[in-house]
Amino acid sequence: MSFTEIVFAFAGLFGLFTALAVGVLSLTWMERKTLARIQQRAGPSLVGPHGLLQPVADAMKLATKEDIIPAFADKLLFWVAPALVAVPAFLIWLAIPFGDDLAVRAMDLGLLYLVAISGIGVVGLLMGGWASASRYSMLGGLRAAAQLVSYEIPIVIVILSIAALVQSLSLDAVIGGNTVTIGDQTRDLPGQGSIPFAFIMPMGLVIFFIAGLAELGRTPFDIHHAESEVVGGPFVEYSGAHWAVFFLAEYLNTFVISVLIVVLFFGGWSWPEPPESIFGNILSDTTTNFLGGAWLMFKTYLVAAVIFWIRGTFPRLRIDQLMSFAWKVLIPLSFANLVLIAIVLFYDWPLWVMTALSLPILLGIVIAVRRRRGVRGRPRTVRILRRSAGEIGRPFSDLANQPPNPVPGEGQAGD
Amino acid sequence: MTTVGSSGGATDPSSRGANATPAPAKRREPEAPRAAVALSPEGVALAERLPVAFASHGIEVDAALDEVVCMVPADHLVDLCRQLKDESAFGFEYLRLITVVDYVEQDGEFEVVYHLFSLANHHKMMVKTRIPDRRASVPSVTGVWRGADWYEREMHDLFGVVFEGHPDLSPLVLPDDFEGFPGRKSYPLHDYEEW
Amino acid sequence: MHQPGSESGTVDMMINMGPQHPATHGVFRMELRVDGEQIQDLVPHIGYLHRGSEKLCEHELYSQIITLFDRLDYISNFNNELVIVSAVEKLMGVEPPPRAELIRIIMCEFNRIASHMIFYGTFAIDMGALTPVLYNFRDREKIQSLFESVSGARLMHNYFRVGGVKQDVGDDFPERAMALCDELERGIDETDRLLTENEIFIERTSGIGVISGEDALDWGLSGPVLRASGVPYDVRVDEPYSRYDELDFGIPVGSAGDSWDRFYLRILEARESISIIRQAIALMEPGDTMAQIRRIARPPAGEVYAHCENPRGDLGVYIVSDGGERPYRLKVRPPSFCNLQALRDLTVGHYIADAVVILGTLDIVLGEVDR
Repeated sequence: MSFTEIVFAFAGLFGLFTALAVGVLSLTWMERKTLARIQQRAGPSLVGPHGLLQPVADAMKLATKEDIIPAFADKLLFWVAPALVAVPAFLIWLAIPFGDDLAVRAMDLGLLYLVAISGIGVVGLLMGGWASASRYSMLGGLRAAAQLVSYEIPIVIVILSIAALVQSLSLDAVIGGNTVTIGDQTRDLPGQGSIPFAFIMPMGLVIFFIAGLAELGRTPFDIHHAESEVVGGPFVEYSGAHWAVFFLAEYLNTFVISVLIVVLFFGGWSWPEPPESIFGNILSDTTTNFLGGAWLMFKTYLVAAVIFWIRGTFPRLRIDQLMSFAWKVLIPLSFANLVLIAIVLFYDWPLWVMTALSLPILLGIVIAVRRRRGVRGRPRTVRILRRSAGEIGRPFSDLANQPPNPVPGEGQAGD
Repeated sequence: MTTVGSSGGATDPSSRGANATPAPAKRREPEAPRAAVALSPEGVALAERLPVAFASHGIEVDAALDEVVCMVPADHLVDLCRQLKDESAFGFEYLRLITVVDYVEQDGEFEVVYHLFSLANHHKMMVKTRIPDRRASVPSVTGVWRGADWYEREMHDLFGVVFEGHPDLSPLVLPDDFEGFPGRKSYPLHDYEEW
Repeated sequence: MHQPGSESGTVDMMINMGPQHPATHGVFRMELRVDGEQIQDLVPHIGYLHRGSEKLCEHELYSQIITLFDRLDYISNFNNELVIVSAVEKLMGVEPPPRAELIRIIMCEFNRIASHMIFYGTFAIDMGALTPVLYNFRDREKIQSLFESVSGARLMHNYFRVGGVKQDVGDDFPERAMALCDELERGIDETDRLLTENEIFIERTSGIGVISGEDALDWGLSGPVLRASGVPYDVRVDEPYSRYDELDFGIPVGSAGDSWDRFYLRILEARESISIIRQAIALMEPGDTMAQIRRIARPPAGEVYAHCENPRGDLGVYIVSDGGERPYRLKVRPPSFCNLQALRDLTVGHYIADAVVILGTLDIVLGEVDR
């Protein structure tokens, strides 16, 4: 590795971290505004135009707050835990391609790297929960461990099916397509430039999105820091800058999941039509890359907006329902997805067969859930009794005219 | 207990106040009018049936406004309550309220009042029992209505009345280390100094 | 605390929930003994807000007691005021003028809706849904504005008097109230659409905290909690007070006795309240709003038990009068207090998250529980 390469790597890292910090701040602002609009509020509006500088003010406040460490806390773990959650959230971004061959570190095993790094965060949560010496954070940490480990599986399987589809673990291949040679047979595997994988693997998208929400611990899966139950879970005892790091990690992860959904399913930086075909060859490579990155970010923010929208709408699941959903629904579905794509690829069927097979399965699941509710006879166990229909109550005026209530067995009343 | 022998007007605090020490009754007018009794037909029927059904319990039946009042010695309280609840003729399955009224200044007694209601028969009544303040204990009715639990605990907190047989009489509304019985008339309300 | 039955020799964990906890609706504390997430035992602790209201009442004039009652169940104040004034009126044999009775009914029913709105919102928050509470508070603010125009206060009204109400309502009151009814109906529909049919909501509430009708009666539960178990006991029809017997309205009664029933029943109840308000406004005629009685109420000696249907249940008051200007003894039957008693039975065996849901459906107000 030459000196210039090292310099570029550091410049890339620095640029990435700065961009991510801005990204996270913008995301918090966006979440607050989105939620506010959903809830008929104004949201942040005082600091800066449209409250745009509110996240900066919040960050400064958090950084200057007193950092309290509980007396019985395990100090070392208590300090390490936030870093352990935040660093992997940063590291994932190393592999994300922002353009053709434009990543901080384009890796041939990018997908594997994503899976590997994203698994570390749970250790930090568990550690923080345990080190705080609080029952609530302990419970929250355990919940986080159970939840994150469970939902890792469907995510991994879906990533595996994508890897099967492009016959590569490289994120560039996921977007740009791949050519494989097996024996003397050469086969072109499509990238997402022609058709995003969301259309080929709708089931994979749904699984990945739901499991991603759970990985983030966002509504309706915000179980490990549920305010009304475990009052913030692993973060209960954290304050000031330490809490801010957790907070940062949470939004970074939201960003990560959004960008992964875009990269894996919505074409990443690739335009529906290549810019060359629209603008001709007048654009420099830099401009094309910049446009690609902007397009990627735009889609990422859209996905994040959907996540915020869900947060404003749904109640929270319970831990056992969450777990059974993962193990009984998502994991089998993700395996079904993998098997389907394997079959389609093995017999060299056109890829729309995959779509055609996935959609009925998804539809079937939705119908099954709806029917289950019908069978249980839920809604309408409540009925309204009306006096006008003579169903209840005897007004006093009636009582005066009626004989007293017949007393059954009056004779035997005397013990 | 002394309850059986006490006079018929036992439900009237004013007459009692006139008989007892006059000191606390300085703003009480001896001729304070009594509220008129207006029992519903069902109440009348109930008042007629009670003495027949529970003759052996030493009860006295009276009325207060629109409610039947049944005075019972503490010994027979639980028995009476259980029958009132279980026998379909009465069917008082619903315990509305338990409270204690402090008549210590007048008679040296507490009155424990149970408000009952029957949804099935649309009856309502009060069961009362009187206990001396020196040995303020009354059998618990938690075995009859589970809802009596917290009422009895609260009354134990505030009045120091012991409900025998109650599963757990630990302080409910007062702090664990609170001393005294703030519900009693003898407990001063404004016993603090301005500073 | 070793469990005798557990082979793994695991230890139950004690969790102290409250008095400062987002889901305990005030200063309520429960000691949970949990095995993992499952609740093995629950010990409720109350009394953090004990102000000795009943003792205070014994030292106040009857008209002053009304303000104390405002502060019992501090989110359904009118309903509380109604209980104390109707108790004193019953003792004195005073009939308030018909117009005053209707104003009281309208105020109480609006207050019931406002109280239920808080319930929907806080319950949704307990379950992790953040949005409904803001919709509900938006509507509740409108109700409070109406209250303010009538009584001069948004929360602690002190508007009902022994023998009537403090002052007549304004001329535009019927139109305002009618318009408000329409708005509230829309608001309730919104909550209904947002929560009732939500799959996750149903998953979380259905079959949670089931109590049978017999048990509910045994515990002395009342209000929506009792009716959700299938017992159609509502003071407004079982012992009609005021002019409720002239109005036609329905009593929603559940059959499952679970949290979902307790929630949905309150939605239906709010709709019935709107129908009551509309009927009552139609019945209103000009007239006095205060009976001719002496300024300082001095009821005759005797005892009275009066009760009304509060949003939370059967709120009663037992007054022993010695003929003076102040009650000799006053005791409140607080519905939240009774409903809260059953919490342990409802919760044990469920998960921690369910305890929060169940406590939410009991809809307690600590001001009333502790008095």
